[in-house]
Amino acid sequence: MMDILGKRKIWYALSITILVIGLIFLAINGLNFGIDFQGGSLLEFKFDQEVSNQEVRNVLSDINIAEDSRVQQTETEGINGTLIRAKELSTQEIVEVEEALREVFPSTEMLRTQMVGPTIGQELRTKALLALLIASVAIVLYISVRFEFRFAIVSIITLMHDVLIVLGIFAILGREINTPFVAALLTIIGYSINDTIVIFDRIRENMKMMHRTAFEKLANQAVVDTLPRSINTSLTTLITILAIYLFGGASIKVFMLALFIGMFAGTYSSIFVASPLLVTWTNRVKNKK
Amino acid sequence: MRYKRKRMLKLIFIIAIVALAIFSYSYYDINLGLDLEGGSHIVLQAQPTEEREITNDVMGGIVSVIERRVNQLGLTEPVIQREGSDRIIVELPAIDNPNEAIETIGRTAVLTFRNSSGQVLLTGEYVQDASADYDQYGRPVVSFKMNDEGADRFEEITSQYIGQKIGIYLDDELLTNPTVQDTISGRGQITGYDSVEAAEKDAILIREGSLPVPVEVIQSRTIGPVLGEISIQKSITAGLIGLILVSIYMMFYYRFPGVLAAAVLVIYGILLMGTLAGLQATLTLPGIAGLILSIGMAVDANIIIFERIKDERKSGKTLRASIDAGFKRAYKTIIDANVTTLITALILAYYTSGTVRGFAVTLGIGVLVSMFTAFFITRNVIDLFTHSNLLQSDAAFGAKRR
Repeated sequence: MMDILGKRKIWYALSITILVIGLIFLAINGLNFGIDFQGGSLLEFKFDQEVSNQEVRNVLSDINIAEDSRVQQTETEGINGTLIRAKELSTQEIVEVEEALREVFPSTEMLRTQMVGPTIGQELRTKALLALLIASVAIVLYISVRFEFRFAIVSIITLMHDVLIVLGIFAILGREINTPFVAALLTIIGYSINDTIVIFDRIRENMKMMHRTAFEKLANQAVVDTLPRSINTSLTTLITILAIYLFGGASIKVFMLALFIGMFAGTYSSIFVASPLLVTWTNRVKNKK
Repeated sequence: MRYKRKRMLKLIFIIAIVALAIFSYSYYDINLGLDLEGGSHIVLQAQPTEEREITNDVMGGIVSVIERRVNQLGLTEPVIQREGSDRIIVELPAIDNPNEAIETIGRTAVLTFRNSSGQVLLTGEYVQDASADYDQYGRPVVSFKMNDEGADRFEEITSQYIGQKIGIYLDDELLTNPTVQDTISGRGQITGYDSVEAAEKDAILIREGSLPVPVEVIQSRTIGPVLGEISIQKSITAGLIGLILVSIYMMFYYRFPGVLAAAVLVIYGILLMGTLAGLQATLTLPGIAGLILSIGMAVDANIIIFERIKDERKSGKTLRASIDAGFKRAYKTIIDANVTTLITALILAYYTSGTVRGFAVTLGIGVLVSMFTAFFITRNVIDLFTHSNLLQSDAAFGAKRR
């Protein structure tokens, strides 16, 4: 039988390396907060012909609105369009931008406009953080009731591991953090915990049936026995996520990227972090006695 | 004989549930969120003035004025609701010039008559009615009519200002600045509009009155219908591709039970759409992502069950005993695993709003339906084939590997 838990120092080293790299990038680059969390405006328009970023900038500077905004080509494939990111604009200013564009390019069609005031951005950030915290506490409570306290603490460490990896990779890539990203984080938490519990459930079962066996051995048995399930489930889920990432719309790409990294980290951590930690913990307690 | 009858009942059970879901789906329509259908979501915040604080009455006043304006603009199925102590959420369907409409809805719209030095002579509170019209030269105008008290005052003022200018302002925008030719009583016209539509907008604002205090748009999100359509098409393609790939993988790995799992997945999809329609849930773009993800979870439940049955098979039990024991053990795992996801979905639905809430709701419903599917549909579908050679074979459930 494979001895996964015996090599736990390797897995710890691997995880810590990735986490440290991510944290360094987080400290240097910080996170690229989107307008949801920072306030600002986002305007997307579609044209019949190709319109360069400079042409759009010229229109903006003619009407003296949002001259300093970032202009880029639209992310939706197969469409000629422009994406304008600016500071908070009033509704009137948004209307003026639209009218000015239509005057120069008659085929202008509004795809979306979004404006978030600075207070709202702050509020959404607080709310998102609160949702993450409460979800974590609720999960600890549930696992403490259904399993044992140490299972709960280990699950939370595993969750933090997964969330930090996703945040770290987003800091490295410099991708934008928006509200759907928070939803993705919460889904990752749900999935990662789901994965961890399936293994813990088997450990709990083995503890009852093989109470003479050393904890490390019965835990390893549980990890190996559930391995096909872990691999099959994460493969099927990753296939779906990849399909949405590749074929779904541009607006859910960030969401799917976060999910993909998170699911991958979640599967890895349930096998190589959660159960090893449980063994380390149990051995420590035993040695003290 | 008894076995055959039981099998018939199980088949009827599955067909009945699927039929119910299809009926629900075709009877109720699934609501599409504004990111799929187009539309606007606006959050307005009331701004206190020196004269007025924000009270319950003031907020009520704002809501009713906004409601009247929205109705007058001819927007169907708007949502206008208060949030917290000083906010109002307005949701509008997709229209041609949404941002212009938002601008109209959020205007304070205090109508004033001022003299050339800017002194306010009369306000719009005496205006009884206003409508867009054409004057004798065919130019678009707003015609207004004052109530009796207003008419008296207006007469007095105009007699005082003959030969001088009286400006008519909407908030700080000068609409027209005519010279008073004669004493005017209760009726007047505002000229200077480019189009009758522009006149109509001001007529609505004047007719329905001003907001008690100014409001500020603190958040707005408008999606044009084009973008929504692109998103729906792409999501459906992505969902189908995902479903097909997963089905192929399941069939390859678990053989005949994998085929059954693929069939169960299709049933799951139908049940889910039926439930969403029946509950009148609103489908948003992250919501679709939530749906596609819950497919992953439905597959997981089946994988857990199959792996358990495989383990039981390996320990030498008969097929029927293995299926019984496998399901019994899988139940507990599936419940524990799904409850945690359910907790996350609930908290997300409670603490967020808008599209992310849509995601949480569909995810939550998806988890519940997938548990139901795993416990009742998968079980019955497997039972239907217990005596078939397809399940008896060693390759079934992947039991032959390793």
